[in-house]
Amino acid sequence: MSGISAMYNDTAVLFRRSLTHSFRSPEILAGITISPVMFVLMFRYVFGGAIDVGETTYVNYLMAGIFVQTIAFGALTTAMTLANDLEKGIVDRFFSLPMARSAVLTGRTLADLLRNAFTIVVMILVGLLVGYRPGGSVADWSAALALMLVFSFAISWVGALMALAVPKVEALQQLSFVVILPLTFVSSAFVKTDTMPGALRAFAENQPVTQVVDAVRALTLDQPVGNTVTASVVWSIAILVVSIPLAAAVFRRMGTR
Amino acid sequence: MSTAPFTAQTVVEDAEAAILATGLTKNFGETCAVAGVDLTVERGTVTALLGPNGAGKTTTVRILTTLLKPDGGSATVAGHDIARSPGAVRARIGLTGQFTAIDELLTGRENLIMIGRLARMQKAAAADRAVELLARFELADDADRRAGTYSGGMRRRLDLAASLIANPEVLFLDEPTTGLDPRSRLGMWELIEELVAQGTTVLLTTQYLDEADALADEIIVIDHGRVIARGTSDTLKDEIGGERLELRLVDPARTAHASARLTAAGVEVAGAGEAEGTISVALTRGPVEIAELIQTLDRDGFTLDEVTVHRPTLDDVFLTLTGQHAEDAGDALREGRE
Ligand SMILES: Nc1ncnc2c1ncn2[C@@H]1O[C@H](COP(=O)(O)OP(=O)(O)OP(=O)(O)O)[C@@H](O)[C@H]1O
Ligand SMILES: [Mg+2]
Repeated sequence: MSGISAMYNDTAVLFRRSLTHSFRSPEILAGITISPVMFVLMFRYVFGGAIDVGETTYVNYLMAGIFVQTIAFGALTTAMTLANDLEKGIVDRFFSLPMARSAVLTGRTLADLLRNAFTIVVMILVGLLVGYRPGGSVADWSAALALMLVFSFAISWVGALMALAVPKVEALQQLSFVVILPLTFVSSAFVKTDTMPGALRAFAENQPVTQVVDAVRALTLDQPVGNTVTASVVWSIAILVVSIPLAAAVFRRMGTR
Repeated sequence: MSTAPFTAQTVVEDAEAAILATGLTKNFGETCAVAGVDLTVERGTVTALLGPNGAGKTTTVRILTTLLKPDGGSATVAGHDIARSPGAVRARIGLTGQFTAIDELLTGRENLIMIGRLARMQKAAAADRAVELLARFELADDADRRAGTYSGGMRRRLDLAASLIANPEVLFLDEPTTGLDPRSRLGMWELIEELVAQGTTVLLTTQYLDEADALADEIIVIDHGRVIARGTSDTLKDEIGGERLELRLVDPARTAHASARLTAAGVEVAGAGEAEGTISVALTRGPVEIAELIQTLDRDGFTLDEVTVHRPTLDDVFLTLTGQHAEDAGDALREGRE
């Protein structure tokens, strides 16, 4: 088998494996169904009355934030499942086979992309049930979905990188909290950034989650997008350009350490 | 070129031996895990790496299976250099690691097919081979159950089946029977013997002398990353004294007398303890000898209190070879690391 077709075969095999995991692991299944639904309902009904976002209803404002937050949390699933494979020796077993090693990462991140797409659909449906009334044309929505999926792919490579850096499930849990939580909460996902104090606000307004949230929000609520779409694309590509070669290098080194 | 004859000779050796390693070394920080291991495993034979915890068994296996790059030394496996053509090595080996590595969320069958597909098999071929292996490993009835629901022994069998899916030339088994009950252990031995009969070369690691004895053509004893002895099971036993029969007389005062009587009957008395009335006999002819010996003593009116057969253990090997108990060697190593 040539390099490319081997890579394709192995990616397909491990893509299917990760996908199967998503439907069989109670944790992952809950992560892609129950928890996003809970988030939508909680924010909608708990904070919905208290937070005034001006021109639109809170649930309309909120949904873009929930989409992106869920995607970012999805990186934790990528990280945990990979760390588990490393810890349990499954990666060793793969590495003793004549396979394309990088498929361990590409198969997983691609499956996680599909998993996130599924979750977004679930959230849209739940949102519609509780008063989400977005605007936007088909083109706007296509662009919004594309932005989210590219970001999803990028952030799951960050998850993979975290797992390679800290291949112990327990320690990883701590690390991911420190990385993912600030990214999602110190952002425009749930509240407007202009009420935040100086340094926090500067971080919130310039970090990738806010850019993606703002772009998706503007596209789906018929608001001016400004430079948020460009910023989202640039961020996602930048993350991919850094994390893919880095993860690949760590992976290669692992095999020949 | 002056090196030509040497190169030619090396190639001939490569073609013969399934595993040929020279001077392998590997350090982890301060710990010297492997300190210059040489080994040759001829095709179709079984070699056992015997050693206590921390001896460097797993590290050696990981180097030979291309999971770890050695700091020094070189090796060829199935005719291919582990450093220069690791892909070719991987295409010809199977590895069952020390800790079971199966996918708990997939069924037994799905596990095997996945590994087969990654080992470059066609879908149909992988599926057929999976059916064959599941039957052979007595997992056919549980083939479509998630591996996470399997018992320890079933997991170990599935793990071994996975390493066999692509018919490897050389099989690495890192402590294949640790954690198995005695019956499963014997089952695993039978499986290994069968594979060898079919021409597979096996390198296995173990902490049990009886396992190495039962399975291996050659035993390599390692400790602190070094080979401290090697040979067939028989040569090693000659060195450490083989099986012994420990006798205890009801009347300790007659110990010397009984011992002399046995010696006269051509029995090899290895030691006697007058105080406790114990006599230690080296067994050279197996169970028959035990019967004869007891009859001899009985005829002459010596009453026995206790008879035990003592088979040499890894600990005896270490005691003889290093003057240290295997556990002590391990402890010393652990302390050294702390
Ligand atoms: N990745 C690693 N990092 C640091 N030290 C290691 C690593 N792998 C092995 N070692 C050390 O190298 C030494 C040899 O370990 P190895 O696992 O090869 O022993 P072993 O003979 O397989 O022991 P066991 O019977 O316990 O499996 C030990 O001291 C171990 O702690
Ligand atoms: Mg080991």
